Amino acid sequence: MNRAEIKQLPSRLLLFLILLAVTAAMLAPLVFMLSTALKTTKEMLVYPPRWIPEVFAWSNFRELFANSDIKFGQQYANSLIVAVFSVVGTVISSSLVAFGFARYRAKGSGFLFMLVLSTLMLPYPAIMIPQFLLFTKLGLHDSLLPLILPSFFGSAYMIFLLRQFFTTLPGELYDAGRIDGCSEFRLYWNLTLPLAGPALATVSIFSFIWSWNDLLSPVLYLDSQENFTLPIGMAAMLSSKFRIAPWNLLMAASLLSTLPIVVIFALAQRRFVQGIVLTGIK
Amino acid sequence: MARVRKEGRREAKYFYLFASPWLVGFLVFALFPVAASFYYSLTDYDIIHAPVYVGLGNYRELFQDEQFWKSIRVTLQYTFVSVPLTLVLSLVFALLINRKVPFRGFFRTAMYFPSMVSGVGMSLLWFWVFNPQAGLFNYFLSWFGVEPIHWFLDEKYAMWALVIMSFWGMGGGMLIFLAGLQGVPAHLHEAAKLDGAGRWRSFWSVTFPMISPVFLFQLIIGVIDSFQVFTQAYTITQGGPNYSTWFYVYNIYINAFKNFRYGYASAMSWLLLVAVLAITYLILKLSNRYVYYEGGQSR
Repeated sequence: MNRAEIKQLPSRLLLFLILLAVTAAMLAPLVFMLSTALKTTKEMLVYPPRWIPEVFAWSNFRELFANSDIKFGQQYANSLIVAVFSVVGTVISSSLVAFGFARYRAKGSGFLFMLVLSTLMLPYPAIMIPQFLLFTKLGLHDSLLPLILPSFFGSAYMIFLLRQFFTTLPGELYDAGRIDGCSEFRLYWNLTLPLAGPALATVSIFSFIWSWNDLLSPVLYLDSQENFTLPIGMAAMLSSKFRIAPWNLLMAASLLSTLPIVVIFALAQRRFVQGIVLTGIK
Repeated sequence: MARVRKEGRREAKYFYLFASPWLVGFLVFALFPVAASFYYSLTDYDIIHAPVYVGLGNYRELFQDEQFWKSIRVTLQYTFVSVPLTLVLSLVFALLINRKVPFRGFFRTAMYFPSMVSGVGMSLLWFWVFNPQAGLFNYFLSWFGVEPIHWFLDEKYAMWALVIMSFWGMGGGMLIFLAGLQGVPAHLHEAAKLDGAGRWRSFWSVTFPMISPVFLFQLIIGVIDSFQVFTQAYTITQGGPNYSTWFYVYNIYINAFKNFRYGYASAMSWLLLVAVLAITYLILKLSNRYVYYEGGQSR
């Protein structure tokens, strides 16, 4: 250690302590969630709160799935169905559209791209009422379809992101493909998509998370408990017939509802961080 | 010449072919709702009976509706406190973590981790953390001798509880700033140091200008998002106590889907659209002066 570094030592120690304190404050609610999820109904209300439960009530998790009043398993499955189909729809449609914007010029294509970007600023609450009336008139109320169908028509964020990526692929590649007799669709399917792995992964991760966490549209469309997705099912648990809010069950549910996102994060940490940086989405 | 034209037509054909999913989607899920929403806003509509044209009646009624004004006040209150504070906090922690410190990776992940619990899970968790009897927050405050607060039952505190809760999600913004900071070339800082700039001066003259586009972007996203707060109001507070968390979108939701006044609620959603566009335009316009784009003004 040279002298300059020794001089910096106190300020670096202070920095370290600040970060430690803030991190502890950020993580404390999470630990509280985990610990409550494992407490019995009696222990969850004990004050001051205990960090480590006296008895580990693993049965809370079983209760979530076994209790037919809650229908947690069904709702978990519904959320998975909606999220998976949304991912498939978004990836297919957005990549098709982005390919069109990246590779072909046409009269009005510049203007249309501006339109794509401008829909980024279109808040969902501003257009939800006509969409709701439309789907209701089509008889799709209280089904998962209104939550899935729109993703098959492209998402502006994803189109933008993929277009940026597709334009970086060299034109010679496509010329070579054409000389080999590839159809335009094969240029998209066999040439572009395989090269776009990282970008497609980012798109998939984000459309999964958006769909997984969405509350507003399920609230509008879903009426019966067995059709609920997880967010609305959990909100319903809070306001339902339980006399004391079942905080241990609610925390267990929150924990399980966070699980897929943590798994994605763990599997694709670097890509996930890149994706956040790329898209600026939280 | 003819061949070029033919080639152009071929390209155009493929462009429209590939873009067709979005074109259809744009017409059905964007253009039609925007237009329909405006039309409905001029009517009384309960979905059972046909819409009845009332001209500007809904808008006139809105301007005399106390709940409408309340929802605007509540939403702006939240925006003005939560957005700037979260933005500054996430920048500060990005700056701190960007410095040489042991366990950087751990700190970064730990601060981002809460952002993964989003939406309803986060609302439930914080409802529980703010529980007056057995919650973590009052327990923490009790170390400093603060009496238990009934966070979501007391109209003085409910909004503050939601603001505190919003800080907890700052990890996403922090990551974006961190990426921006890593793009600031080190030689600029060295040059500033040679010129005798201290840390503070170096931040304002070098770092901030370089990341100002990121800052601007996050400001706009933050404002647009906070105009649309719904989850917390729906899950935790139901707009209460005494309308202290009666957010704008929650107000739209209640009027449309609980009171079945689709026309009235459409007027409100149309105004939201105008407000979002106006605010975005305004921020971009104002920022033109001090946002720095490498390689000259981008616009």
